[in-house]
Amino acid sequence: MDEFSALFHGFSVILTPMNLLLMLVGILLGVLIGVLPGLGGANGVAILLPLTFTMSPTSAIIMLSCIYWGALFGGAITSILFNIPGEPWSVATTFDGYPMAQKGQAGAALTTAFTSSFVGAFVAVVMITFLAPLVAKFALKFGPPEFFAVYLLTFCSFVGMGKGSPFKILASMAIGFALAAVGMDTVTGQLRLTFGIPDLMRGFDFLIAVIGLFGIGEILLSMEEGLAFSGKSAKIDPRVVWQTWKQLPQYWVTSVRSALVGIWMGITPGGATPASFMSYGLAKKMSKSGDNFGKGQIEGVIAPETAAHAAGTSALLPMLALGIPGSPTAAVLLGGLLIWGLQPGPLLFVEQKDFVWGLIASMYLGNLVGLLVVLTTVPLFASILRIPFSIIAPVIVVICAIGAYTVHSAMLDVWLMLLFGLIGYLFKKLDYPLAPLVLALVLGDKAEDSLRQAMLVSQGSMTIMWSNPLVGSITTLALVMLFWPLLSRLLAKIRPPKAKAFQAEQPVD
Amino acid sequence: MAHNEDSADEGVVSTHKVEAIVAILVLLFGLGVLYGSRTLGSGWTSDGPGPGYFPFYIGLILCISGAGTLLRALYFGDRNTEPFVDRAQLKRVLSVLLPAVVYVFMVQMVGLYLASTVYIALFMVILGHYSWFKSAGVAVVVNALFFFMFEVWFKVPLYKGQFNPLSVFGY
Repeated sequence: MDEFSALFHGFSVILTPMNLLLMLVGILLGVLIGVLPGLGGANGVAILLPLTFTMSPTSAIIMLSCIYWGALFGGAITSILFNIPGEPWSVATTFDGYPMAQKGQAGAALTTAFTSSFVGAFVAVVMITFLAPLVAKFALKFGPPEFFAVYLLTFCSFVGMGKGSPFKILASMAIGFALAAVGMDTVTGQLRLTFGIPDLMRGFDFLIAVIGLFGIGEILLSMEEGLAFSGKSAKIDPRVVWQTWKQLPQYWVTSVRSALVGIWMGITPGGATPASFMSYGLAKKMSKSGDNFGKGQIEGVIAPETAAHAAGTSALLPMLALGIPGSPTAAVLLGGLLIWGLQPGPLLFVEQKDFVWGLIASMYLGNLVGLLVVLTTVPLFASILRIPFSIIAPVIVVICAIGAYTVHSAMLDVWLMLLFGLIGYLFKKLDYPLAPLVLALVLGDKAEDSLRQAMLVSQGSMTIMWSNPLVGSITTLALVMLFWPLLSRLLAKIRPPKAKAFQAEQPVD
Repeated sequence: MAHNEDSADEGVVSTHKVEAIVAILVLLFGLGVLYGSRTLGSGWTSDGPGPGYFPFYIGLILCISGAGTLLRALYFGDRNTEPFVDRAQLKRVLSVLLPAVVYVFMVQMVGLYLASTVYIALFMVILGHYSWFKSAGVAVVVNALFFFMFEVWFKVPLYKGQFNPLSVFGY
């Protein structure tokens, strides 16, 4: 039971007044980010990352991961009260959450959503506690070919499991890799793809891309829809909370199933959004009262919220254990690790015990604090949504500009942010997924290094990717994923599949 | 990447046209990467793979995916002839985008705090139809908050512009 002693050590690291304060600040900022249109987990963390450069890595990651939990909680508030998903993963929550609010059960719906989020996250954190050290230990044996195979699998899974055109997923991914290649080559020291522009020597920073793509892009999209908020009022009193909590245990099957779906989709880079839809669909199919889904059924809130939070949390497992993030937000956190001088990956568990276990302990505590904070502050955050968009929009643009500038203190980055905003808007409208772009931009150099090292070992022969059973099976799985759109078409010819539910509502992210 | 401002006078542009334009841009970007990595040396050098080895394949993927999307947008089944944006939507989007461009230009000139104050105030007056008094009040309060948060508490200096007007206060 090494994990237990390590975990208690982690608690002893984080239980300082300063860290607890940062945790609270992080949760509050996170809920705020989750509630505001245009600011989400990924770009919220990206904007606030520069503020943490002077903190110790442990305090910094506690604050940033708490922002992430807060954003996950916050998305539910807008879905239920305003029928506007604050985050893509809370789209499925609107299906039953908003009807519940219309029936006057807003308090119950919110309590259910927050509690389910907490349960999902808790199950995922327990899983991380015991699985991450094992994965890390296993991954210590990895060489360059194994790592490249895992990178390959990560990116091919986007094609295999993503919704929408495989060409667009590939394009988005390759744009990320191409932008990552710009600048100084890490091996030969040569300048690459700068086309003689000295400012490009630094390369493209993924933080700028995240702030632009998700922040400015989202503002443009919200503006296009001409947002007019008209929300249900929210009041949560202890009596409603207590009554809802008494109801929840009878839906434990839904909770467990959703948590498992979420964990699976979080570790593989499926992400929180498909997880919430999948879990909602399964709950609808398996529930006795499946026909009432969409009319304000409590299970319809439990399922997507549990899965989204479980996925969002377990996306941190591959980031910690392998150095490969499972979601854009995890990618931003990984970028943070690099900036603080920590090398993500299996060695982290050996060399930075305080940091890793502090982070894991903060996941337990952060989610508990988060649950209490959101339950008590919902009316406050709901009133923020009543501030008109014409005040919020310029403030968010200013915040994005500040965030982009502070990364390198360079004005060019602010212009690039605008450009990325435009790209984000177009890509969102044309259903190009943004997550592969961000992940490729973060992992580009590392993926390239591992490929080049592998090729050096084998003197340019691709057979090294099948040189032992481990690397061979990962590579083969990756190729199956890559050609899955074609394979599934062939399979469909042999055996026609059932039509997928909710295909139309599910956003591409 | 692709601008669709010209659709304002043409009326509305349909989605598959925008789709095709973006696909062409992806294709051109891919060709650019291919060219760049060829000149860097994408082959095998005496000491291993050259600096353009990896980008070359990335360029190849970009070209394939750009061409694939282009063909699908122009010739094959999933042609989407629905309008990409309607006129009112485009106007709303531009009413955020163009001021944002002007704003970033102003940041370059007079620095972040001053530009942000003017930007927020004007945005509220022109798009939100608030009174001058209220708009100026919100803008000043928000920026004072940012000023104290960044310059004073976190000690992260923000851009003061080419003509630093705040220098009179010693910042």
